[in-house]
Amino acid sequence: MTRVGVVALNTFREAVRDRVLYNLVFFALVMMAAAILVGQISIGIEQIVIISLGLSAISIIGLLIAVFIGVGLVSKEIDKRTLYALLAKPLRRWEFLAGKFAGLVLTLTVNTAAMAAGLFLALYYVKHSLQRADLVVLVAVYFILLKLALVVALAMLFSCFTSPLLAILFTAGLYVAGLFVHAMRGLQGGLMSPALAAVLRAVSYVLPNFENFDVMGAAAHGRAIPGALIAQNTAYAALYCALTLGVAAAIFSQRNLK
Amino acid sequence: MTEAAIEIENLTKDYPYGFLQLKKKRSLEGLTMQVQTGEVFGFLGPNGAGKSTTIKLLMRLIFPTAGTARILGKPISDIAMHRRIGYLPEQPYFYDYLTAAEVLDYFARFHDFSAEERRARVERTLKKVGLETAGRIQLRKYSKGMLQRVGLAQAILHDPEVVVLDEPMSGLDPVGRREVRDIILELKKQGKTVLFSTHILSDAEMLCDRVGVIVGGKLQGVGAPGELVGMKAQGMEILFEVAGGEEIPEVKNNLLALSARTGDRYRLQVEESALYTAIEELKAAGARILSVTQVKPSLEEYFMHLVATDRAQAAAVEVSAK
Repeated sequence: MTRVGVVALNTFREAVRDRVLYNLVFFALVMMAAAILVGQISIGIEQIVIISLGLSAISIIGLLIAVFIGVGLVSKEIDKRTLYALLAKPLRRWEFLAGKFAGLVLTLTVNTAAMAAGLFLALYYVKHSLQRADLVVLVAVYFILLKLALVVALAMLFSCFTSPLLAILFTAGLYVAGLFVHAMRGLQGGLMSPALAAVLRAVSYVLPNFENFDVMGAAAHGRAIPGALIAQNTAYAALYCALTLGVAAAIFSQRNLK
Repeated sequence: MTEAAIEIENLTKDYPYGFLQLKKKRSLEGLTMQVQTGEVFGFLGPNGAGKSTTIKLLMRLIFPTAGTARILGKPISDIAMHRRIGYLPEQPYFYDYLTAAEVLDYFARFHDFSAEERRARVERTLKKVGLETAGRIQLRKYSKGMLQRVGLAQAILHDPEVVVLDEPMSGLDPVGRREVRDIILELKKQGKTVLFSTHILSDAEMLCDRVGVIVGGKLQGVGAPGELVGMKAQGMEILFEVAGGEEIPEVKNNLLALSARTGDRYRLQVEESALYTAIEELKAAGARILSVTQVKPSLEEYFMHLVATDRAQAAAVEVSAK
């Protein structure tokens, strides 16, 4: 097994033993309550409510894990000095970072897959059947996973050169800013100075574009999602993660571990 | 001539500090030394002297401001060379959600051993460090001494040629210290090179072929413990006792008054030239001579002298700066 894989599997094992996956119980309770409630009070919009609620819960729970555990992936190892013995082994620092990233993404994948299964169960409970169109929910879940991978990469980048608290704030700030990139690109010179509008437009192209990953509306209404968008989002997330982790590795490779 | 296993040349480390990180504190200054293949080398110094800084530089946990280091003829950045070295960090800490066996298995995976070989090595090493019965317990339930043993286990698990131990006796009870000493001696017997830092001088005197003393970030001396402190005897010590624990009423030159008494036994330190006269006098007074040994300055005295000199110099610099 590659060294990256060894670190990744241990990171996954850590998440499991630290009971990170216990959030699934919370998610299951939310979905059960929602399914029972929606079945009683909604007429004709059960699918919309269940899918919207389910995808939102998957996204929020995933974001919390990605930010808080993502920041701790590196900082906790430095604080607890578990990294010292490890880096004396034949392991490059970038391999350690890549392994940590892969391990948390694996954790999030398992977590998200389990929540998606719960969502489909709730959907089946209220609709009493599942159609082919419901598969679009899987695409929405996949996009959430891509978004979470990007958030993990950002959290790791910030934790490589700043304190955990600041890393959490920076990651959260960048996530929120990334939800408004289209608005930033659409800013006109009339609202502000043309120079500032140009700067904001330029910044919007550097910021991670999290808006592209939001297809909750389409999924809730059973509208198909074009294959081109799936390919584009996959490539975007892969490239952005690679760049972010590349910068993180460059910083971390020079860092003195006191 | 034996080849150097560790070569350090002009290694210097500055730590930036202050709000803008513009000020610099020198932690290690121009360290140049070698550790020969197959020797046990003790790196001595008080807390904050630069021992751990040197070891962390060797393990590429921190990066030098100047200078270079090579282990087994390879630059320390050579990742393949890290297969051939073992490292015990100071006050080691490992993933507390794992058992000792799992931690060792995890570290062994970086050395590409087969599953069967990993299992055998883990079992063997746990036994060697005295953790064979605690290997399946999560590390969060381990005491400091047990963690130290796990640290030692992961450092020797892959049978490295060079073992670097940062304060290996720290946190251990007398039994644990004895076991670590035995492991170091066994490594030496196997022809391994061991570099370990300590401020426990008796350990260094007992184990090391050579020691290096570092104070205030500067290497003050390197050599065999005996060589370093000087071979010239400071005098002779006579250990004697008096039959039935009686007082000796008359001894010329008041030798008894000069003796230190512990229980029924007396220790008397005399000049080498006065040794035989003193023995004759003691025998004549009815004392039974138990042993006569040369008194040499100890490593501790040498060490304390260096520390005191360094502090005096630092104080002088401070006064002149004012």
